[in-house]
Amino acid sequence: MSSTVWIILAGALATYLTRIGGHLVLSRFERLHPRVEAGLNAVPAAVLTTLVAPAATTGGPAEWAALAVAGLVALRGNLMTMFLTGAAVLIVLRNLL
Amino acid sequence: MTSTSMSEMRPSRIAEFFGAFRIATPVVVASAPFGLLFGALAVQNGLSVGEAILMSATVFAGASQMVGLELFNQTVPAWLVVLSIFAVNFRHVLYSAAIGRNTRHWTPFQRAFGFFFLTDIQYAEGEKQAETPRGLSFVWYMGMATFIYVAWVAEAAIGSIFGNLISDSYALGLDFMLPIYFLGMVMDFRRRPLWLPVVLVSSAASIAAYYWVGSPWHVSIGAVAGITLAVIVGPVQTQEGRS
Repeated sequence: MSSTVWIILAGALATYLTRIGGHLVLSRFERLHPRVEAGLNAVPAAVLTTLVAPAATTGGPAEWAALAVAGLVALRGNLMTMFLTGAAVLIVLRNLL
Repeated sequence: MTSTSMSEMRPSRIAEFFGAFRIATPVVVASAPFGLLFGALAVQNGLSVGEAILMSATVFAGASQMVGLELFNQTVPAWLVVLSIFAVNFRHVLYSAAIGRNTRHWTPFQRAFGFFFLTDIQYAEGEKQAETPRGLSFVWYMGMATFIYVAWVAEAAIGSIFGNLISDSYALGLDFMLPIYFLGMVMDFRRRPLWLPVVLVSSAASIAAYYWVGSPWHVSIGAVAGITLAVIVGPVQTQEGRS
């Protein structure tokens, strides 16, 4: 098997551990330390931000406009609306600019 | 329990399983473009059609699959790819801990099997279902999960086969779809405490790390910076009334 397949399977195992692990570990505690809870609450925003911010610095006007519009739409619409709007802005501007 | 309610329960198992399909339908429709996008981007990033399908079938977590793709393309050590997938999926630990309270009547095997399918939507809909009088049954949960899972794997297959046909990926913006998608996910968490400070600190740290340390360390460094901020400031925020 290729190394890609092994990485996928290891990633699958890691994902499964997150899905079963919380129940196995965290449910044993009556309540979490507030600092731990605050840290856990911040995990998704902290991780996902790192996948946007550096990429934004490598883009140009089309990419910045797409992110700005998508960010505004996200305040009102759902994930799908914001994604389609952002993608549309990007595609239109890349073909015009 | 009366005999009438028992007789209602029996045939309703199948009805319950397929009834969950109806609730899953909008989810399947909304996530279809991402499932297809994953397949298309997978082949753009050098994965085979089979590998793309394998990833959707075994990882079954959209955002982390996208992250995996992003890193496959770079010369990133394998353990770091796996760690990144783990980091993006770490939120599932909380879902699993929370939904565990609503699945006490399941057998251990049902939990071990069912939690494989614990996506964001599965969690959110499961929590809602748990509030109904019937509660969160394993049958209902698996009805929801089955539809979403089968559709997700099929989309990876269709997307990866179609992805091979795309010639001008720049004009279609495929290389920048992921940052837009991840921005949407960041925005989805905006009601969390400390969201803005965490986003600002993670942005600054990840950009700095991206240019001075290099990819893919910007992911870990940026994430740790934001989480550290929350750990330091968090308790002050959550104890508003007392401090």
